[in-house]
Amino acid sequence: MEWETVIGLEIHAQLATRSKIFSGSATAYGAEPNTQANLVDLGYPGVLPVLNGEAVRMAVRFGLAIGARIAPHSVFARKNYFYPDLPKGYQISQYELPIVAEGTLDILLDDGSRKRVGITRAHLEEDAGKSMHEGLPGASGIDLNRAGTPLIEIVSEPDLRSAKEAVAYMKKIHTLVRYLDICDGNMQEGSFRCDANVSVRPKGQEKFGTRAEIKNLNSFRFVEKAINYEIERQIELIESGGKVVQETRLYDPDKGETRSMRSKEEANDYRYFPDPDLLPVVLDAAFIEGIRASLPELPDEKAARFVREHGLSEYDAGVLTASRELAAYYEAVVREVGGEAKLCANWVMGDLAAFLNKDGLEITASRVDAAGLAGLVGRIADATISGKIAKDVFEAMWASGQSADAIIEQKGLRQITDTGAIEKAIEEVMARNPGQLADYRSGKDKLFGFFVGQVMKATGGKANPAQLNELLKKKLAG
Amino acid sequence: MSLPAAPAATVAELVRGLAAKRYSSVELTRAYLDRVAAAQPELNAFITVTGEAALAAAARADEARAAGRGGPLTGVPLAHKDIFCTEGVLTTCGSKMLANFVSPYDATVVAGLRQAGTVMLGKLNMDEFAMGSSNETSYFGPVRNPWDTARVPGGSSGGSAAAVAARIAPAATATDTGGSIRQPAALCGVTGIKPTYGRVSRYGMIAFASSLDQGGLITVSAEDAALLLGPMSGFDPRDSTSVDSPVPDYTATLADSLDGLTIGLVKEFFDDGLDVECGARIREAIAVLEKQGARVREVSCPNLPLSVPTYYVVAPAECSSNLARFDGVRFGHRCESPKNLTDLYSRSRGEGFGAEVKRRIMTGTYVLSAGYYDAYYLKAQRVRQLISADFARAFGECDLLLGPTSPTPAFRIGDKCDDPITMYLNDIYTIGANLAGLPGMSLPCGFVGGLPVGLQLIGPHFSEARMLNAAHRYQMETDWHLRVPAAFA
Repeated sequence: MEWETVIGLEIHAQLATRSKIFSGSATAYGAEPNTQANLVDLGYPGVLPVLNGEAVRMAVRFGLAIGARIAPHSVFARKNYFYPDLPKGYQISQYELPIVAEGTLDILLDDGSRKRVGITRAHLEEDAGKSMHEGLPGASGIDLNRAGTPLIEIVSEPDLRSAKEAVAYMKKIHTLVRYLDICDGNMQEGSFRCDANVSVRPKGQEKFGTRAEIKNLNSFRFVEKAINYEIERQIELIESGGKVVQETRLYDPDKGETRSMRSKEEANDYRYFPDPDLLPVVLDAAFIEGIRASLPELPDEKAARFVREHGLSEYDAGVLTASRELAAYYEAVVREVGGEAKLCANWVMGDLAAFLNKDGLEITASRVDAAGLAGLVGRIADATISGKIAKDVFEAMWASGQSADAIIEQKGLRQITDTGAIEKAIEEVMARNPGQLADYRSGKDKLFGFFVGQVMKATGGKANPAQLNELLKKKLAG
Repeated sequence: MSLPAAPAATVAELVRGLAAKRYSSVELTRAYLDRVAAAQPELNAFITVTGEAALAAAARADEARAAGRGGPLTGVPLAHKDIFCTEGVLTTCGSKMLANFVSPYDATVVAGLRQAGTVMLGKLNMDEFAMGSSNETSYFGPVRNPWDTARVPGGSSGGSAAAVAARIAPAATATDTGGSIRQPAALCGVTGIKPTYGRVSRYGMIAFASSLDQGGLITVSAEDAALLLGPMSGFDPRDSTSVDSPVPDYTATLADSLDGLTIGLVKEFFDDGLDVECGARIREAIAVLEKQGARVREVSCPNLPLSVPTYYVVAPAECSSNLARFDGVRFGHRCESPKNLTDLYSRSRGEGFGAEVKRRIMTGTYVLSAGYYDAYYLKAQRVRQLISADFARAFGECDLLLGPTSPTPAFRIGDKCDDPITMYLNDIYTIGANLAGLPGMSLPCGFVGGLPVGLQLIGPHFSEARMLNAAHRYQMETDWHLRVPAAFA
């Protein structure tokens, strides 16, 4: 039987506010355990939550960026369950009336087509603390630094049909929240993570299959692997006469498999109800429009502009807009060079990306800045050096931090465009290689490359390749 | 039993006495501490007495006065209900769960009254987590009614009411979720005020039912309440439900004429459940107010009889969630050598909470459960809106509402312990104001069989000044509020 996969993601993005969503504690990552937890975060008797307005603004930014409906009236609710990293015994979240509803996001599929993914809702909530089991034999520690960090939970429609689509969607959200400056996107630190709801159904069947929820996936690679594992597990189970049960599963990256955490029967009854300590969040049109006016150019708009104005392919435009910093770098190079967009794009996505990758650097920490790369591209464009020489120049720039011009001067890499000089070199090579010359002239055309190589060698690679080709053809012909 | 004499009858008198240097704050504080010590075995009104700290604070108050600093309340002693967090002082909420809990911070109410110069004598006994109408659910033992020590003082602010009635504290803070200020005030023959929901910050007031809880006062007189309410009221950025509207000087309008005041007698308050003699005292009080110029008319709040069942869905629901933080992990009672996490939770909570608290947590958990939420919690919220609408309609016809505070005078300790429903019906007249967030007061209006009877006033939102004005005019004509039980005179 042919199977179809149905996936919906719940992405948790930590909002990059300075203080927590309901208290004044700092949200910085990596502090000594429990040094960023005040009485409110600790759930002390008598304390009360006060909503951080910045978290609301960030959620609205996100909602506007996905073309969603911003609720003029949203309500915080308590999700009740006991766990040591949840100091109050309930998490403050949003339930029936979330702040953001009904948005969409377009993703680019492998075949170059676009797919629109529905986003059911996005709501504000507080993160829990962390239980720590390492280095505490026979005991568990609790670090409440993370407790109360603002999160936006972004719930997609069950619109995704493969692990690849799920990853493309998650990457797109990742790009978007960083464009919006509302989340640092750091997946290792848990700032951006997701739960995946996965089910399979016979192709053509309308009704959804029973789903399993895979919890807490914190890398794109894990998302892909966990979903693919889960798809196979479910198909195998059904094909061997079994039934998928609704349950929560955990992905074990070491074993590359998912395993059951708790079944539907064991699931908590969260007893949601409106939090009486917090007033409803009421937003007027002026507030929402003020935020709309402050939105940056979003990745899709930017990519479309690169295609339209720079003549880039959709693929290249997509790569260059994957982060706001990368796009800004590319645009700065184009601006400095004053055109040559395609050439600039190739350098940014090619040599620059390779060197960044090799040294594990972000674009913002590049050893060659946009002006530096523009200096190099400019010398290719005005034929001072060849593209091939440029690669060596770039490597030297990366290592020394010097400008392209300085390196070209120092190493004497300026391209030879003087016809007389190139002809002289050709004549010398011909004189040194009478045998090859005779062979060429008797029909061994392949030897042309040999002569190009020899002349290039003689000129230290500096001969203008187009001129060399032309002159060499003439000379060899006799 | 004989107590050292109380220095004055009211806070107003203490304010005048301090200003006239008839006594120092240290002298006053020592006198009240002596009375506390003498009465404590009999009444059990205090859980913690902070004698040394009180005398030190009184000495500072005296210094301030000598230096020409401080306000009218500087040096006035009072006591706080043990539901208010007090920095460095045991804050138990009447529970074994918090029997070891020393708060690291002050409630906004406590800080406000301290800033006004008042001196804290200690922390007052109460029903466990404010759940009770008789003070019998306290882990620290029942409080006794000074008018008859075999009887309850009411609850949950039983310690506050008994202490003020016995004049062992000139005034006391209290809280009211369903009548916990007004009912004990009525049963002990003192004045109680529950302000509008949002008037007084709930920050640092240990939560029972967040949408109903409101801090207030138990005092001898309405004038005393007017003096103390200002410093504990107002917007608090730490409580999102506190309201940002200016706090008037409640003393300024106390003596205003009652000419033109329309008082509505709520038909539903004068039902078969009301003790006949108590009803008679209320009618006598109405006559006094009419003589003062008030006009009286009957009004109806048809949904009010639903307030008890509504309350016993909403309040337990909120409490079941509010009390989840008491899990033995970070503070409060923790069971001995827990085997695992579940054992830690169930034994710490099982040992730390008393029977009434457990009953309400279970009720609340039930009404919020999947499948029951709509039938109970949601329906209760709808009825709550109907009750609010009834009140709003009534206030279209009158300025204040009037009725009894409690159906009967104080009952005997132990009488209603085995019957929660009968106990819950004690609050039948008071709960409505909480559900609608309205301010309410109870005033002493006479006696039945030697036991005090309370008259209740309910006003529109933020009508505290008008309510205090009516109460003060009534107290200018009567002396019920100045009566002191003989054993504590």
